[in-house]
Amino acid sequence: MSKPVKAQSNQKFGVYMKKYWQLYAMLALPLLYLLIFKYIPMVYVQIAFKKYSLMGSIWTQPLAKNHGFEYFIKAFQNNDFRYALKNTLTLNLLDLIFGFPAPIIFALILNELCFTRYKKVVQTIAYMPHFLSWVIIYSLALQLLAPNAGLVNMVIQNLGGEAIPFLNDEAHWVGSYIGFGIWQNFGWGSIVYLAAIAGINPELYEAASVDGAGRFRKIWHITLPGIKPTIVVLLIMSLGNILGGGFDRPFAFQNNLVMRVADVIATFVYRVGIKGLQFSLTTAVGLFQSVVGVFFLLMANWISRKLGERGIW
Amino acid sequence: MKIKSTGEKAWDMFFVVLCLIVSAICIIPMLNLLAKSLSGTDFLVRNEVYLLPKGLNFNAYSTVLKDPKYIRAFVWTVSLTVICTVLSLSMTTLCAFPLIFEKLRGRKAINIFITITMFFNAGTIPNYLLMQKLNLLSNPLVLILPGVLSVYNMIIMRSFFYGIPDSLRESAEIDGATFFEILYKIYVPLSKPVMATLALFYAVGRWNGYSDALMYMREEKYYPLQLLLYNIINNINSVEVATQEGFSAPGLSESLKAAIVMFSTIPILCIYPFLQKYFISGVTLGAVKE
Repeated sequence: MSKPVKAQSNQKFGVYMKKYWQLYAMLALPLLYLLIFKYIPMVYVQIAFKKYSLMGSIWTQPLAKNHGFEYFIKAFQNNDFRYALKNTLTLNLLDLIFGFPAPIIFALILNELCFTRYKKVVQTIAYMPHFLSWVIIYSLALQLLAPNAGLVNMVIQNLGGEAIPFLNDEAHWVGSYIGFGIWQNFGWGSIVYLAAIAGINPELYEAASVDGAGRFRKIWHITLPGIKPTIVVLLIMSLGNILGGGFDRPFAFQNNLVMRVADVIATFVYRVGIKGLQFSLTTAVGLFQSVVGVFFLLMANWISRKLGERGIW
Repeated sequence: MKIKSTGEKAWDMFFVVLCLIVSAICIIPMLNLLAKSLSGTDFLVRNEVYLLPKGLNFNAYSTVLKDPKYIRAFVWTVSLTVICTVLSLSMTTLCAFPLIFEKLRGRKAINIFITITMFFNAGTIPNYLLMQKLNLLSNPLVLILPGVLSVYNMIIMRSFFYGIPDSLRESAEIDGATFFEILYKIYVPLSKPVMATLALFYAVGRWNGYSDALMYMREEKYYPLQLLLYNIINNINSVEVATQEGFSAPGLSESLKAAIVMFSTIPILCIYPFLQKYFISGVTLGAVKE
């Protein structure tokens, strides 16, 4: 009995494909792209466990010492990497503490503006920094913060103060780096919160007004609880990314005087891997970063579900 | 019209002023740069330029415009941005459209295949080795292909497609339209807002990106503008004419750098305000769904 059934389903499959092949044809290129540019590199990850040389195939190369974990051990014995790890965590944590609330506060402020046109103009201006590249933002920072010719130090000196080495001294550099991060993102980041605020039922505000609630009570008791789910989702994603972080921003801002606080994992991998050709070591570092990153994301999601919030999936 | 108390009005004013300060903080760095690019050398050397140009002149701009290396990089980056945007939008559409059909067999597996790439990234070195294996290092294609599809943007487009009523495509299917026809005659024309948003995202990404060129590109003639800019700011190599016309003169070099930065920023700054209402909905779609 099984044979005719199979034949029938084959025939059905033929009919199905006759109609639906076009959808698969559309998907072919995108999936091929993901296969080549996202999945094949995952195969190369194995060089983290191998003695890699430019000759020969990656499959036949010998396992590294310590059951393949030689380069992970070496990475953690490497002072530069330990600094990079520490700096990645520190800078991301500072971004979280100072950079995460900024868009929320800005959205709340914008929401209090009662002139629509003025609000639109402020928004357009606040979105502008998001469209600048980090190279351009760094050059703006240079023009603004340079010890003598920078605008800020010119003002400070005119007021009788001493020039501050914003970009050449470790502590000040961290401040400038975080500051320009906030500058770049607070406007853009507020879009999501403004949308969430727009979704709050206006009757809640009216009812609160009738009950005699003032402006700040309404913010505290209606607006903030209304956008709490959005805040939680974005917070989870930021926490999941605590060991991540891009390359463009730190690399653009780095200079030799501040490398001890400015070198992060992404720039360490570039310098030691691509420039210094230590492929196995830096692949191990990258793998460590990816795996821990996924772990953090799962953890943050799990915690938020335990606290009764919706997770990100 | 509700009558507001004096206290309420005072708070209204407070928020207006606060937003004025915030806007000023956004604009001042750009104004300072613009002023420097338009100022006379003497004023720059004496550190007298704040937010308005002193000794107004366009020498820096004409010097930059005469520089063949800069012009080449500018034209190359514009073409690169256009090519990348068109290709990326097509790829994104081709990926998002089939996934809205519940009848598509293997849809779940395909979705998992796509989602995994969002969470796990092989890392810089494996990507570099791939480019090496594909013989893409220093090939101009390396600035186009690796970023041709962003899964995040695809999800935004898919969310938008989900919002288009099923009945439209179902009636077209009954009328015998092929899926290609449904895509190009129904979905693409209805999706202008999301197309505009994603075009902006892809274009800005390509225009502002420099790390791929830094890692994969050895041929200086294929350097995008931002990498050239990085090298100029860090004095790694200076613009050809600038070296002849006295890059050593501190004032001129300041205004030259400022002019180059202005040139590299203006195209994007001219475009984004007009797309504002679109990208707001795009960002919101991405955040609400998934």
